[in-house]
Amino acid sequence: MADAHAAAGSPPELRHHFTDLAAQREASSLGMWIFLVTEVLFFGGMFLAYAIYRETHRAAFEGASNLLDLKLGATNTVVLIVSSLTMALAVWASQQGRKNLITIFLLLTMALGTVFLGIKYLEYKQKFEHHEVPGPHFVVPLNEETHQPLPRQSEMFFSLYFCMTGLHAAHMIIGLGLLTWLLIKTRRNEFSVRYNTPVDMVGLYWHFVDIIWIFLFPLLYLLGRHTL
Amino acid sequence: MHFFPEEASTFARHVDGLYLFLILVTAFFSLLIGTLVVAFAIRFHRKSENEVAQDVHESGVLEIVWTVIPFGLTMVMFFWGASVYFRITRPPGTALDIYVTAKQWMWKLQHTDGHREMNELHIPIGQPVRLTMASEDVIHSFYVPAFRFKRDVVPGRFSVAWFEATKPGKYHLFCAEYCGTRHSNMIGWVYAMTPADYQAWLAGGAPGETLAASGAKRFVENACNTCHGDQPGARGPSLTGLFGRRVQLASGQTIVADESYIRESIVNPQAKLVAGYPPIMPTFQGLISEEGLLQLVAYVKSLSPAPAAGAAAPAPVPAPTPERKASRP
Amino acid sequence: MSTLPQTIPESRRPKNYLNAAYGVRSWLLTIDHKRIAILYLIGVTFFFALGGLAAALIRLELLTPAGDVFQAETYNKIFTTHGVMMVFFFMIPGIPGVLGNFLIPLMIGAKDVAFPRLNLLSWYLYIIGGLTALWAVIHGGVDTGWTFYTPYSTVYSNGWVVVTAVGIFIAGFSSILTGLNFLVTIHTMRAPGMTWLRMPLFCWGMYATAIIQILGTPVIAITLLLVGAERLFHLGIFDPAQGGDPVLFQHLFWFYSHPAVYIMILPAMAVISELVTAFSRKPIFGYKFIAGSSIAIAVLSFLVWGHHMFVSGQSVYAGLVFSILSFLVAIPSAIKVFNWTATLYKGSVSYQTPLLYALGFIGLFTFGGLTGLMLATLGLDIHVHDTYFIVAHFHYIMVGGTIMAYLGGLHYWWPKISGKLYPEYWSRVSAWVIFIGFNLTFFPQFIVGYLGMPRRYHAYPEEFQVLNVMSTAGASILGIGYLIPAVYFFWSMRYGKDAADNPWGATGLEWETPSPPPTENFPETPIVSGKPYDYLTGRDEVAVG
Repeated sequence: MADAHAAAGSPPELRHHFTDLAAQREASSLGMWIFLVTEVLFFGGMFLAYAIYRETHRAAFEGASNLLDLKLGATNTVVLIVSSLTMALAVWASQQGRKNLITIFLLLTMALGTVFLGIKYLEYKQKFEHHEVPGPHFVVPLNEETHQPLPRQSEMFFSLYFCMTGLHAAHMIIGLGLLTWLLIKTRRNEFSVRYNTPVDMVGLYWHFVDIIWIFLFPLLYLLGRHTL
Repeated sequence: MHFFPEEASTFARHVDGLYLFLILVTAFFSLLIGTLVVAFAIRFHRKSENEVAQDVHESGVLEIVWTVIPFGLTMVMFFWGASVYFRITRPPGTALDIYVTAKQWMWKLQHTDGHREMNELHIPIGQPVRLTMASEDVIHSFYVPAFRFKRDVVPGRFSVAWFEATKPGKYHLFCAEYCGTRHSNMIGWVYAMTPADYQAWLAGGAPGETLAASGAKRFVENACNTCHGDQPGARGPSLTGLFGRRVQLASGQTIVADESYIRESIVNPQAKLVAGYPPIMPTFQGLISEEGLLQLVAYVKSLSPAPAAGAAAPAPVPAPTPERKASRP
Repeated sequence: MSTLPQTIPESRRPKNYLNAAYGVRSWLLTIDHKRIAILYLIGVTFFFALGGLAAALIRLELLTPAGDVFQAETYNKIFTTHGVMMVFFFMIPGIPGVLGNFLIPLMIGAKDVAFPRLNLLSWYLYIIGGLTALWAVIHGGVDTGWTFYTPYSTVYSNGWVVVTAVGIFIAGFSSILTGLNFLVTIHTMRAPGMTWLRMPLFCWGMYATAIIQILGTPVIAITLLLVGAERLFHLGIFDPAQGGDPVLFQHLFWFYSHPAVYIMILPAMAVISELVTAFSRKPIFGYKFIAGSSIAIAVLSFLVWGHHMFVSGQSVYAGLVFSILSFLVAIPSAIKVFNWTATLYKGSVSYQTPLLYALGFIGLFTFGGLTGLMLATLGLDIHVHDTYFIVAHFHYIMVGGTIMAYLGGLHYWWPKISGKLYPEYWSRVSAWVIFIGFNLTFFPQFIVGYLGMPRRYHAYPEEFQVLNVMSTAGASILGIGYLIPAVYFFWSMRYGKDAADNPWGATGLEWETPSPPPTENFPETPIVSGKPYDYLTGRDEVAVG
């Protein structure tokens, strides 16, 4: 196989079908952005369902929304935003090939992501205990102010809540997996001034997952809030 | 061999006329293109291996022409189709009300006077018939090919549509939305009869309880009368004379109280809360069957005088005075 | 462009992608786009056979008015299997997976697609998705129809809804990754000198298809997830008993499934553009208009989904909007048909099999597309919605259109893919058999549909029998028509004449490689100059196959 690259001693990261690293990087970047567009549409279906039902079942949704734990939700928001910062710093460090710095920032990002998931677990646990999980064990919760039962469609709010935050959490878990993969590659000295594309791409993915949460949080927790 | 079902309703011939026009357009263009490609293939058949084609200059004008002409034709189709569509969907003034409950895998049809039919519908010709339809389970679709009439019956809402039969006869009724195992058996007949025959049919056979009377029973069974009983200091708005009237909502909107409004207010009371009333009505979603909801709607309708054809909607009921705050803590 | 002797012993054949390595591992772990295309060919043929078998069973039942061959529930599972297999595991992956994968890098002068490992992953996802759906079929099937309308699918059906939904979900990711790969490949890997306006129209068509795959497929993915969640956890998102809206499901479902039919037709149109120009030996008429029409179709396709819901209870105004947009989306398709016809004018037209399929496509797609305008017409659709009229319309486009284009393309590029020639006589015979069988199968369905025969009916009133018998007769002929190429393509791999590099004398970078091409496609990256379809500028030699 006449592979001109192998003969010329080209960089090991260069895949055989690209002319040079710049072309490869451009393709990787375009690919990741297109993938993120598909993710927008993926979550979009649920955002649409939420918007429609919020409008048709306003009282039920507002009442149920006020039952979410705002402190935990807000904490998680801060946690994710900081994790985007540490991720961006990891990308910056990888542009310089600074192995230990990359490692620290990746670990910090992973730690923050894990904290997010831990808090999410606490929230879900609370819901189970209060019988706010849709299905056969659901008990219509009481309005926090009037102590009257909420309309039955409040169960729908929780259905969407679990689907949307659950899908988001699944994406976070995948993100943690990707970060672990990056950690391994970092320890193997794979990133340098010349090549840091995987860190860059996972960074894009991580920021995207963060942005989804930045939309979820106000829509689920903040709209029509009466109580803190 | 027939190509068209019978034309047995007022809009059937309009639909068929439209169809004929579309067949002509389809046939014309299909034949045109088909003939051209075959003719070109024959006329310009390669005679020798080294033959070279002739250079044909592209033409922007031609591109515009064959864009504009199809555009014009499609707009004609759109407007004609839309006008037939308006004819089909614009509801008539007065109509014979038939209430339809669809369930796997049968059609239950009720006349207001209490006649109940299963998988059959007897109606007079020359009078608009309005079907108010509900499904007990999945999506069904009421389809009478001879009337060119079809409407999906979606659970969770009322589906209202109408037709007017023009020719006495016996016409297929099909369920046209796949609904499970016995979908192909969810069929029946619509009997269109002359007014005289229809009266005779009504007279024979003992009708059961009228729909409104069944509704009145449910109204009491479900304790609706405890809040909507018209007693002084009643917690809920009066339903007497409500149907067909304009209602002022808490949101500031004004709507007309029709069948869908009444149904919605039973299953989702806070959706269209009446101005001046507290949001204390419980929801009956899942607690009353679709058939029960139809009966309650018929009952509420019976509390209003039948509207004269073309009469304007009466003035809105003024909202009661604001001291009606929540009577519970 | 060299001419080879009739057959060369295997041991002296030059190294190409087929003989570069042997063994199952070299195929299952390949990252060569051409081998992946062959893997897709095997996969889609398998699922097509399954879907075709289901079709045969449907037509068998419909020979008689009574439901006397299968029980109702079994019949419902059969038509669901037919739809699911054909739509998700044949039509959507078909031309992109087989011809798109094989040709795009060759046509743009690249060594491979942008993400070869992702390409292989796409194939595995497709196969896993298909086998998952097949598992559901084998273990009792699903009876919701391929459209999964709620609440039947979420609350009432007793079949393997969730498993089937999972299978489609996985295959959906295959489709997304294929589209992503093609978009990036076309954007970043065209050879020097290959500007957008020098790119073959096949690539434009695949590019437009990829846009739809990227934007549309995620929506069906989330919809299927929600259906599965609703079924497993008794959520109420589409269940009216809990305040959900069944029509919301329809909106979400058709938001993908309408553009999906353009995923099925745009690649077919892409093939036809290549066939018409090659077999007229003349530049395509209106290159920019065909390219632009492809993009216009991709964009407009996302705006018309409501035309599947004219009787569902949408407002009258929604009906008007979707109707007028559905007329608009037809215009670019009409433009293409006129341009293809004009390409034949004053061409040097050769009657080989690929051209026969192309001519068949143009006729049948025009007719089928015009019946689509009938469905966009509000007043008419009310009567024919959910009848056999609809079934006839979409089979004219999908079978009379896409499958004919697929077969035409397969025949055209077979010499390049396999290095062999198929037998011309039998290929022409089967093209005619398919054309006749197809029309006899589906034309009567327009008539019986307008007469009022609903779709998905296991048993029907007697007066519809004659037309159904005609349809079943046609289906038998069509089935035979499909078997013949299956046989001779296999036969040609062993016994066919060796193909020259460019047996058709066509333009295009793919024809400047040996038949079959080496693994790396081009030893030196080609440099492109001159117009596409450059048949008329001083070409003094034409290769003979």
